[in-house]
Amino acid sequence: MDMEDWRDGIFEAIKAAGVTQVAYVPDVGHSRLIERSIEDNDLRAVSLTTEEEGVALLAGAWLGGAKGVLLLQSSGVGNCVNMLSLARTCAFPLVMLVTMRGEWGEFNSWQKPMGITTQAHLELCGAACYRCDRAEDVRETVEMAFRLAHYTNSIVAVLLGQRLIGAKSFEAPLSC
Amino acid sequence: MLNRRDAVRRLLADRGGMLVVAGLGQPCYDCFAAGDDPCSFYLWGAMGGAVPMGLGLALAQPERRVLVVTGDGEALMSAGAFATVGAEAPENLAIYILDNERYGETGGQVTHTARGADLAAMTAAAGIPRAQTVHTEAGLVDALDALRSGAGPLVVVLKVAPESQPGALPPQDGPHLKRRFRRAALGVEDK
Repeated sequence: MDMEDWRDGIFEAIKAAGVTQVAYVPDVGHSRLIERSIEDNDLRAVSLTTEEEGVALLAGAWLGGAKGVLLLQSSGVGNCVNMLSLARTCAFPLVMLVTMRGEWGEFNSWQKPMGITTQAHLELCGAACYRCDRAEDVRETVEMAFRLAHYTNSIVAVLLGQRLIGAKSFEAPLSC
Repeated sequence: MLNRRDAVRRLLADRGGMLVVAGLGQPCYDCFAAGDDPCSFYLWGAMGGAVPMGLGLALAQPERRVLVVTGDGEALMSAGAFATVGAEAPENLAIYILDNERYGETGGQVTHTARGADLAAMTAAAGIPRAQTVHTEAGLVDALDALRSGAGPLVVVLKVAPESQPGALPPQDGPHLKRRFRRAALGVEDK
């Protein structure tokens, strides 16, 4: 297979890992993955009101023998900080796929405080972080993240860079 | 007023294969005092996590009854999670909120349920229509049946006395709690 879209690559990696619960907060970068998850009868796509719910949801899923994945934006990483103590203290495997904002090509200054500190926040919470800025790296990185999390009972985050996703912009020209 | 320990003991005395997630603080101690069980998972932190954790478990094990036992303070911290439960609507999930209108672990400060917040009304409005507040012994008898076997998702908010209870501290070792739960509930032997 050549020229696989990286978004489909993530979906295939999720399926190959045996995931059945996809916890997400709506996000443009993950929109295709979310749509495919909703359409797949073997996946339960759970829309969250805040990202930390997903950390606890997937710990419960693991207790019940189900594997999961958490889809979120970099801003949502900040919402997860205390709840990540659940995964870390109890050694629940957790894979977080984080679409980045507040970096490459960002127009919205309010995204920057979390965007530039996302990896540091995650690492302070005990997560191993792997960045993807090139489409050809995505599928393999996500596959590796599941293996690492499931075999070592730990938190693994894949950061999907804004250079990969495409920076969001307003149509209107900047007035500055 | 109703006694929380008694109200939890009566529910868990006849738990069958029920899977239990207990919110931090007094609800954990209440569940442990009722009799330790490998299918009880005690949260010692992660405030706001009990309801979403119970949801993930209920979705993973749709044939098993899943019970979340938590307090009013913890439930208020995860208010949004009730909307997620309402949206997913797992029939096997029951949520038992022991409402003493206090933050019992931090000195007994009043919660918002002492000042007008109504958790049953909030959860009903979040999409869980089978939500009720129970104040009386007669109401408790019916509520215990609902929690054991009523169609979920459902919420019982039990108003309990804000009184201190004898010490009863469950195991705190997270990996141990996880492994014993999965062994008992799933027959899985983790490394």
